Amino acid sequence: MERWRHPVCPADPLDISLLHDDFETALPKSKMKFLAIACFLCASIVVPPVARAGTLDKVKARGMLICSVTESTPGFAAPNDKGVYVGLDADMCRAVAAAVLNDANKVTFKISTTANRFTWLQSGEVDLMSRVTTFSMARNTTVGVDFPAILYFDGQGFMVRKSAKIKSVNDLNGATVCLQSGTTTELNAADYFRAHGMKYEPVTFQRPDEALHAYEEGRCDTYTNDVSSLWALKLKLKIAGDHLVLPEIISKEPLAPGVRQGDFQWSNIVRWSLYAMLTAEELGVNSKNVDQMKASANAEIRRFLGVDGDLGQSMGLTGDWAYRIIKQVGNYAEIYDRDLGKGSALGIDRGLNALWKDGGIQYAPPIR
Amino acid sequence: MDAPRPAPVLHTGFAGWVHQNLFAGPVDTLLTLSGMGLLWLLVPPIADYLFIDAFWTGSNATACSGRTAFCWPFLNVRLTQFIYGTYPLEERWRVNLAAVQGVLFALPLVYAGPKFRKPLMLALFIYWPISTALLLTGGLIGLTPVPTNLWGGFMVTLVVALFGIGVSLPLGIALALARLSDLPAIRWLSVGLIEIIRGVPLITILFMASLMLPIFLPNGMSVDGLLRVLVGFSLFAAAYMAEIIRGGLSALPPGQAEAAKALGLGYWHTMGLILLPQALRMVLPNIVNTFIALFKDTTLVMIVGIMDLLGVVQAANSDPNWAGPNTQPTGYVFLGMVFWLSCYLMSRLSARMERQFNQNQRTR
Repeated sequence: MERWRHPVCPADPLDISLLHDDFETALPKSKMKFLAIACFLCASIVVPPVARAGTLDKVKARGMLICSVTESTPGFAAPNDKGVYVGLDADMCRAVAAAVLNDANKVTFKISTTANRFTWLQSGEVDLMSRVTTFSMARNTTVGVDFPAILYFDGQGFMVRKSAKIKSVNDLNGATVCLQSGTTTELNAADYFRAHGMKYEPVTFQRPDEALHAYEEGRCDTYTNDVSSLWALKLKLKIAGDHLVLPEIISKEPLAPGVRQGDFQWSNIVRWSLYAMLTAEELGVNSKNVDQMKASANAEIRRFLGVDGDLGQSMGLTGDWAYRIIKQVGNYAEIYDRDLGKGSALGIDRGLNALWKDGGIQYAPPIR
Repeated sequence: MDAPRPAPVLHTGFAGWVHQNLFAGPVDTLLTLSGMGLLWLLVPPIADYLFIDAFWTGSNATACSGRTAFCWPFLNVRLTQFIYGTYPLEERWRVNLAAVQGVLFALPLVYAGPKFRKPLMLALFIYWPISTALLLTGGLIGLTPVPTNLWGGFMVTLVVALFGIGVSLPLGIALALARLSDLPAIRWLSVGLIEIIRGVPLITILFMASLMLPIFLPNGMSVDGLLRVLVGFSLFAAAYMAEIIRGGLSALPPGQAEAAKALGLGYWHTMGLILLPQALRMVLPNIVNTFIALFKDTTLVMIVGIMDLLGVVQAANSDPNWAGPNTQPTGYVFLGMVFWLSCYLMSRLSARMERQFNQNQRTR
C-alpha cells in the first residue's frame, strides 16, 4: 500500500464495511454513508488513484534508491571532504541499494529535516528514511512509519571532567548539570535523579552549544545529552582528552530506519539488509574475506551468502543479496568502526551496540 | 599700528587635509581620537585571529587545536564544497561558465552608456536565464543531467536569490498594475494574492512548498524540491515588490497620466512609456532594499533541506574529521564575510545604477 492515506478514510473509500467496524458506535448509518462519500471525494481530489506498485519495483525501475538523511549529524550522515555522505545512516541506505540494485552507490541522498521527514516518506518522495529517528510507539502507530529494525541504540548519558574522578552516574549526587531546556533530555534527567533519590542542580540553556560552553567553563560538573551527541560535542572542547563520557545511559533512544507502513516486502528488505550486516559480524564474514567465505563449509555461512538455498527470492531479490551488502558496504562491525568507532574521529565505544554475545544488545534473528 | 595677523592656516597638502577633515574643531578631534582608539582595540585582535595566530596547514581538526584562531586548512579543503555543494567535479565548468556569462552581461550594463543598454538587457534577461538553467540542470544538448539534490553551497544561494530577484520584479510589476486596475476581478485577485502571501512568514510558505505540496500531488508525481522553494520564494518577494511599485506609481502626480491620455496614449503606452519608468526610478532604493533582504533570506531554505551556503558550512562542521574547537567559528566567520561582501557589492552596484538612471534629472 503505497499511496498516501487520509487518516480517517479506510484503504478503499467505498468499502463501507470497513468504516462500519470503526465507527459503528460513534455514528448513525446515514452519517456513515455521508462520511464514506465525503472520504471518497476528498481522496479522489487529493490523491487520484494510481496503480499500486511496490516500492521494490519502483526502485528497480528507477535504478536508484532515494534515501532521506539528516542535513548533518556527525557519525550518522555528513559530507566528507569529497562531498560524499558518510555515516551509519548513509551506510544503511547503501546496504539497501547494494541488496536491491547491486550497487551501493546508486543512492540519491535527499536532505530531510525533522519537519518533513515523515511527510516525505508517506508521500513517496523517498523510499527509505534513515535519519537518526527514534523508534517510538506513537511514531509507529499514529504517524504510520514502520521501523523494520534498530540500527543504533542511543540514549542519554553524561560527560564529566576526568579530573573530577567521577566513574559512574551514581557519583553524580549533588552535581550541577548543564542541559538544554525544553527537551526530553531535561525531563529524563529530572526523572532519573528523582527515581534514584539523588539531588542535582540543573543549569539550562537554549542551545546545545551554549550548554556545552558553560560546562567547559566550569559552571557545571557534568553535561548531559544523547551519548552519540556527547562524543561528537566532546571533540569541540578545547582539550577533548580531559573529558570522559560515562558508560551508563539513562534513557532509551533506539535509532531505526523507517519505511512506509503497508509495503511488507520493502519493509522486509530493509529489515534483513540490516540484520545481514549484524549476522555477518556474528559469523565473522567481512568485506575482505567474503569471497573466501563463499567456499566455507559452515552451513550457516553458505546459506547466508546464498551458496546454498535461495532465501533472497522470498523478498524479491536474488540469492546473493547478503553477499552484495557485505562485499560492497561491510558488516556491522566494519561500518560502526569507520563511522562512529575507533576508526573515526568520534571513537565511540560499542557499548549497547555490541553483539549480544559480546555483552551488547544487538541481536539479529537467524537467517534461515 | 595693525595687530599682527595670524599665520595662514594650512590648506594644502597632507597636513592641510588632516587638519580640515580630522581635527577641524574640538568635536572633530574627539571623534577622530575615539575612532582611532576603536580601531586600535579592534584591528589587532582580528589580525591575530585571522592571520598571526591562525592555523595554516593540516588535513583535519587536530591540526587546528590548542589555541583560538582561524582554521585556514578547513576553509581550504572545503572551499569548493562551500561554492558548489556536491555538484559533480567534472561538470563544475558549467556553473563557472554560467557565472562568467552573468558577470559579462551585467557589469557593462551598469557602466556602459544607454547605447548598448538594449542588447545587453536582452542578453541578460532573456539569453542568460535560459542558458544558465540549461547549463546547470543539463539533460539537453549532450550535457549530463545534474539533479538538484547535488546542488549546494554558494551556487544555490545565488540561484535562489537571482531567481527570486529576476521573477519578483516583473511579477511584482504585474501585481501592482493589477491592483491598480479598473477591472474588479483582476483587482481583487491581485489584492487577495498580495495580502495572503504578505500575511504569512516566509517560513510558512517554504513549509507549504516542502510539506503540503507532496501531499496534494498524486503519488509518483513530484515537483523538484529546489523548484518548489524557488517558486515559493519568488512569490513571496513579488508580493512585497508589488507594494513597493504601487507606492511609486501612487507617488506620481496625476497630471502625468492625464497628459498621457490627452496625447492619445493607450493604457500600455501610458504605463510603459510614462508612468512605470518614473515610478521605478523613484523606488529603486526600495527595490534594492528588498533584493538585499531577499539575498539574506535565502538562508531560510536550509530548514526545508536545501543545502545553501549556510547548510553546507554547517554540514562541514558535522564531519567528525573536522570537529574541533576552531572549525565551527571558522565556518561562521567565513559565512559572515561572504554575506557582507555580497550585500555590499549589491548596494554599490545599485548606487551606481541609481546615478545612471537619474542622469537626466541632474543635468536639468
